[in-house]
Amino acid sequence: MNTVIDAHNISKIYNPKTIPVYAVNNVHLHLRRGEFTALVGPSGSGKTTLLNLIGGLDKPDEGRIEINGTDITQLSPNRLIDFRLHNIGFVFQAFNLVPVLTAEENVEFIMQLQGISHRQRQQRLDVLFRQIGLQDKRHARPAELSGGQQQRVAVARALASRPQFVLADEPTANLDSKSAANLLDIMATLNQEENMTFIFSTHDQRVIERARRVITLVDGRITSDTDAVDTSADHSTPVIPTAAEPAKSQT
Amino acid sequence: MWLLKLAWKNLWRNRTRSLITMAAILFAVILASVVTSLQKGVFDNLIKNVVSFYSGYIQVHQKGYWNDQVLENSFEVSDTTERAILGRKGVSALTPRIESFALASSADLTKGCLVAGVAPAQEDRVTGLSGKLSAGTYLRDSDNAVLVAEDLADRLKLKLNDTLVLLAQGYHGTVAAGKYRIKGLLHFGSPDLNDKIVFLPLLAAQGMFAAENRATSYVLSLASPGDLKATAASIAETLGSPYEVLTWEDMMPEIKQHIRTDTASMSIITGILYLLICFGIFGTLLMMMVERRFELGMLQAVGMKKGRLCRLLLAESLLTVTTGCFLGIVTSIPIVGYLHAHPIRISGEMGEVYKRFGFEPIFPTATDPAIYVRQGVIVLIIGLLLSLYPVINILRMKPVAAMRK
Repeated sequence: MNTVIDAHNISKIYNPKTIPVYAVNNVHLHLRRGEFTALVGPSGSGKTTLLNLIGGLDKPDEGRIEINGTDITQLSPNRLIDFRLHNIGFVFQAFNLVPVLTAEENVEFIMQLQGISHRQRQQRLDVLFRQIGLQDKRHARPAELSGGQQQRVAVARALASRPQFVLADEPTANLDSKSAANLLDIMATLNQEENMTFIFSTHDQRVIERARRVITLVDGRITSDTDAVDTSADHSTPVIPTAAEPAKSQT
Repeated sequence: MWLLKLAWKNLWRNRTRSLITMAAILFAVILASVVTSLQKGVFDNLIKNVVSFYSGYIQVHQKGYWNDQVLENSFEVSDTTERAILGRKGVSALTPRIESFALASSADLTKGCLVAGVAPAQEDRVTGLSGKLSAGTYLRDSDNAVLVAEDLADRLKLKLNDTLVLLAQGYHGTVAAGKYRIKGLLHFGSPDLNDKIVFLPLLAAQGMFAAENRATSYVLSLASPGDLKATAASIAETLGSPYEVLTWEDMMPEIKQHIRTDTASMSIITGILYLLICFGIFGTLLMMMVERRFELGMLQAVGMKKGRLCRLLLAESLLTVTTGCFLGIVTSIPIVGYLHAHPIRISGEMGEVYKRFGFEPIFPTATDPAIYVRQGVIVLIIGLLLSLYPVINILRMKPVAAMRK
């Protein structure tokens, strides 16, 4: 299995000159292609900060992060944006679709940024909308979609650029049970069928139950990193059959 | 292209706000255009009134005449010179004059006066002299009669058809004298002219001053007063060094100064107007940045480069400002045109004062297209400069900070 993310001893410190707060403290993490991983922990444990660091949205104060062999901590801001565009998909808690664009345009927009031709864009859109089951809503504006549908479109947008992995920050937090289950089904299917790597930060037990790897953060440190099968005492039957090898990393 | 399309869509995400901003720009352009065209129209009218009193737009003299206004500095009237002047672009009419000072006497009273020998028909075309007649009839070339300004006639206790005696120094120091029937009385807006001027036919004046076929000035009217300087320069170049060519601005610098001062005070008013526009546009941009902060951070997170994002926001601002400016200009044209065709009339006592001083009691607008374009461009520049605010914001923006809940 290929290593997609390789984070070496990364730390993020807020207020370094006054009262330093370690949002992420000396974290060492490897993620391999095809993993379906949940980052869990109490509020303020550093989940979102770690996700931001892995996603290249923030820079660590210490350590380095390699994505597919590229040290993203050394990239210039502009190259980093370009790197994110081509390698990382994002799904946000509040969906964050562009309200003036239709569902299709929201997804297509990423491919336009990549400079993909019209024909290729249309082919990719057909595939993506079939995968998220919203072929009939392609021309609907975000305001005309339910929360669950919007988040599915957000997933399609994240996948539009054919990224190395998708980072999802509390993707089910604003969804009802049915929509959350539906979304997780879609992501699990994509994980299985396309070997797409997903990393979630979540409080949601439904997500944790379906993850194949669960990393727990407390006070910015990884306190446990387990294969979901290993924790079967609590979650005996993972919903998603394991298509990838579980990874083990420690701080 | 898709960026422009996205900018256009973004423009309508908050329809009311965009329309209010466009309306603010539209009304600002209309107001600025109307105020400026009214100011220019009033000044043009003032100049037209002032130059038609007496001076004309341009005068041609023998070199040195303006500083030493004596008959020795006169020149010989020549068809060739007149044709050369009339041949210059922008010159619509020309009239020769011979002017000197004289003593004007009635039976018991004497007063210094300005004697102007004029070619009646040509003079009328340039200064509309016949329109200033308050009594009597206008001059003919062959008359041996005079037109006298009202106040001067009053001082000398003279009436229509009375005899006026003129005594002066003629060309080369000769004694010039003559007695003339008062054929008409003139009313001038300028109290100074009203108190001192006497008009004779050119031939009679040349005869009295013993200055056969000589004149002290050619007085010119122009088809387009806006070309004043260029026309004067062109005439000066054509006539060469024996002549001096002066514009009304050179001859009456106090009027020019008055216009300059008035323009400066009007600039303060338009400046305040522009400031209000600035606040209007800036308020919109400020609200837009607050509302869309998260989205702009998200767009950077998913891979939109700052440069592209800046271009998107610039395009949005440009579309708003350009639409507002364009509609403002289009709306201004009929409004200014209407006010030009139907100028604001000053009525009542103020109107009478205007008339007494020889001014038309109207505030017309100028319809120079440059006025609309200038106002539109100024507002456009203001809009573009203010658009730098979101651009600077984007350049400083960190996606994580922007997306922080």
